[in-house]
Amino acid sequence: MGAGRLYGAVAAGGFRRYATYRAATAAGVFTNTVFGLILVYTYLALWDEKPHLGGYDQAQAVTFVWLGQALYATLAIQGGGFEIEFMERIRTGEVAIDLYRPVDLQAWWLASDLGRALFQLLGRGVVPFVFGALVFPTAVPGDVGRWLAFAVAVVLAMVVSFGIRYLVALSGFWLMDGTGALQALMVTGIFCSGMALPLNAFPGALGEVVRALPWAAQLQVPADVLMGKADPVPAFVFQAAWAVVLLAAGRLVQLAAARRVVVQGG
Amino acid sequence: MDAFIEVDRVEKVFDVRRRTGFMKRERRQVRAVDSLSFTVARGEMVGYIGPNGAGKSTTVKMLTGILMPSAGRLRVAGIDPSRERTRLAHRIGVVFGQRTTLWWDLPLIDSYRLAHRIYRIPDARYRENLDRCVELLQLESLLDVPVRQLSLGQRMRGDIAAALLHDPEVLYLDEPTIGLDVVSKAKVRGFLRELNAERGTTVLLTTHDLQDIEQLCSRVMVIDHGRLVYDGPLAGLHEAGESERMLVVDLERELPPVRVASARVVRVEGPRQWLAFPAGQSAAPVVAQLAAEYPLVDLSVREPDIEAVIAKMYAEKAVS
Ligand SMILES: Nc1ncnc2c1ncn2[C@@H]1O[C@H](COP(=O)(O)OP(=O)(O)OP(=O)(O)O)[C@@H](O)[C@H]1O
Ligand SMILES: [Mg+2]
Repeated sequence: MGAGRLYGAVAAGGFRRYATYRAATAAGVFTNTVFGLILVYTYLALWDEKPHLGGYDQAQAVTFVWLGQALYATLAIQGGGFEIEFMERIRTGEVAIDLYRPVDLQAWWLASDLGRALFQLLGRGVVPFVFGALVFPTAVPGDVGRWLAFAVAVVLAMVVSFGIRYLVALSGFWLMDGTGALQALMVTGIFCSGMALPLNAFPGALGEVVRALPWAAQLQVPADVLMGKADPVPAFVFQAAWAVVLLAAGRLVQLAAARRVVVQGG
Repeated sequence: MDAFIEVDRVEKVFDVRRRTGFMKRERRQVRAVDSLSFTVARGEMVGYIGPNGAGKSTTVKMLTGILMPSAGRLRVAGIDPSRERTRLAHRIGVVFGQRTTLWWDLPLIDSYRLAHRIYRIPDARYRENLDRCVELLQLESLLDVPVRQLSLGQRMRGDIAAALLHDPEVLYLDEPTIGLDVVSKAKVRGFLRELNAERGTTVLLTTHDLQDIEQLCSRVMVIDHGRLVYDGPLAGLHEAGESERMLVVDLERELPPVRVASARVVRVEGPRQWLAFPAGQSAAPVVAQLAAEYPLVDLSVREPDIEAVIAKMYAEKAVS
């Protein structure tokens, strides 16, 4: 009960912190809309050449683009969520302060990042998506059940995304400089989430591999759930499994990191 | 009196690895705290001073449990800090002057609401403590201001309040007045004095500002190179530091340096002469002899400057 209220308050704080940066939000909406337009025209040209690429028709490919833009900030696909701040706290040693408070570090940052993600979804995601759906023919379902399933998939995607970034951030305890890790996160995020090209359009063995990686749980799975290309239940199982694995790995690494701080200082 | 904080032959050794070339690393050990022992009774307010790198922050970190001692025994309120960090966290408050626990982007009040949840403070208690801190630290007009917009002094007062909402029995302050102006320092000191007097909160105060100590602490501990070099009343530092008082005398005319027992002339400027004598000694016999033997016009006694005493103390220890 107490813990629920605590992490609820942390999530609410995470939400409101991002809500205070209105100009950044507006700029983000603009950027996502422009990128969406560029990608849509690229995809339309590509799908003209190769109709039904990856099993999508043109409307589905366009929908995928706008979903990508809507979820880009929410899922911090290129990074840019809590991990920036967390790594800074690790670098400066402020993380030591976090350790003496009677809270769970992982739960704390998860709650805070979920708050952020929810804000980004509403503040940055909705406008580009609605714009895309109004201007282009899309494959958006009218069925409420699909939207509910999509909502569940997005929440699971948020947790998976957190799990990946938490591991990256914890590397800061061992690496002097976290920029390398963040850059790697950026590149893999774009490529393996399907931001550049839907994962089902990846050929052969490469496709098999990327579709099994945790990044697939971020954009590809929610998109397929929404467009009816994937059954919700196996999709949820896939996402939840990655969420559990990543969170558990994060816990283990966190234990080692905390031990290191406690022995060696932050 | 029960020893609320017990530090018994505590050591902290850091392993420092340094790159000295391609694939070559050198391992070195830094002894930040070296067989340190002291106790602090409940309700005491103790100053903890020492030069940069002396081991003050390291000690505070061990007392909060975020650093484990390499050797020795440590107890705070009967709890082994590094073993039961979370349990201890409910009973201690910590303010690191150079760092903040406040939520940077959000109004100050949000950080307090969060502390309410983190420490599971009963609602009535939370209200009462918050009201009290807001009043005494003059935070009323700041509660709705985002922390990033607060000045350093305002932020520091905000941090101190955040550390006290859960009624900690002991408060560790690591340089709480660093960078503050005179007015802010006075506010912080006034608040701490009252906290200690009214609530009986035990306070361990680390600082480089000796006025903090002079105004707040009846006892001071001096640490250098990880070792305790002085523990006692502030006044006693003079003797420990072998400091001297200064007698400034104005004579009728320019004279060669005067000769008086147990004082020596350290400076002559026209008819004015400066005589140094041990701080523990009375000025009366010196003055009597001077008045009897020289054409004395005026005189004054200058107390030794505590900063100079401590600077001298640090310097001596560094040599030995
Ligand atoms: N995590 C660490 N790893 C290695 N050495 C450390 C670490 N933390 C502290 N030290 C070393 O231990 C010594 C004591 O440091 P500490 O921070 O306790 O000093 P301090 O008395 O607080 O100094 P200051 O007045 O500058 O704040 C210093 O030599 C410092 O370099
Ligand atoms: Mg320090």
